Amino acid sequence: MTGLELIAVASIVTGGITIMVGSIGPALAEGRAVAEALSAIAQQPDESGTITRTLFVGLAMVESTAIYCFVVSMIVIFANPFWTYFVEQAAGQ
Amino acid sequence: MNGAVRLTPDELTIFQIGGVPINATIVFTWALMLLMVIGSWLITRRLTSDVKISPGQNLLEVIVTAIRDQIAEIGGENAQLYMPFIGTLFLLIAVSNVFAALVPGFEAPTASLSTTAALALCVFVAVPIYGISQRGLGGYLRQYIEPTPLMLPFQVIGEVSRTLALAVRLFGNIMSGTMIVGLLLAIAPFFFPIVMRLLGLLTGFVQAYIFAVLAMVYIASATKVTRGAPPEDEGEPAAEAG
Repeated sequence: MTGLELIAVASIVTGGITIMVGSIGPALAEGRAVAEALSAIAQQPDESGTITRTLFVGLAMVESTAIYCFVVSMIVIFANPFWTYFVEQAAGQ
Repeated sequence: MNGAVRLTPDELTIFQIGGVPINATIVFTWALMLLMVIGSWLITRRLTSDVKISPGQNLLEVIVTAIRDQIAEIGGENAQLYMPFIGTLFLLIAVSNVFAALVPGFEAPTASLSTTAALALCVFVAVPIYGISQRGLGGYLRQYIEPTPLMLPFQVIGEVSRTLALAVRLFGNIMSGTMIVGLLLAIAPFFFPIVMRLLGLLTGFVQAYIFAVLAMVYIASATKVTRGAPPEDEGEPAAEAG
């Protein structure tokens, strides 16, 4: 396999695996966080405003890791520097 | 792999000024700024305290009081001090994301890492400024070595990483929203792009709120003045002695 094909295969596989593994953890954690928030609201309905706000802030923090993985996957697929370098080299020949 | 879907509005050049390419991010940011400044100037030209107020003044009052109440809940009594900064952050990001979902042809400037990094840098700079203005230089610097001086590198790394997280979180959310719509337009163009645009509207609002709230939480943690029993440190139920 030439360098160009190897880069393409590696990029596609890496992009898929990155987002695949990177979304498992945050999804589980967010489900758990929402469950705990719901039980807290059930115990103290007066505080539901504070609980909801804290829940959203916490969800955003947890989501960050998934977003990092998604950004890496997007860069590898759409803005891959190795790919562009090899394509320029192949076009220059 | 490059030209298929545009990653950010940075790559779209609208026009050139003397050889310097002005890309879509700058154009849309300035358009937003002009729109918000001129709109609010038109509304606040004639402010009244009567019972009957214009709809524009009503709208602005609702927005301003809502932001002020949220800041007061997080930061304590001095909401008016932080409101210009936090309110501007929230309004800029919210208006940019809402316009991206509603106005055809408008690309959110927050879908570019440059914009979100600039906003995160503003927060990074604002935290020491507010902290020093509220607690003095010594008081602000003391909190870096508060539990033990061994924590100093971790505190510094924590500050840098949370600023980076602010930038990447906003960028990733908005960029993914616009990219999903772009991809769906190529795959299933009839109904699903609209649904994804609505989802992008919701996440845009939520991300604006989260950005502003996190900025306020960081500022509040840097400016908290302890009197008597120290409050809990950022929610950790540490057993404080006295």
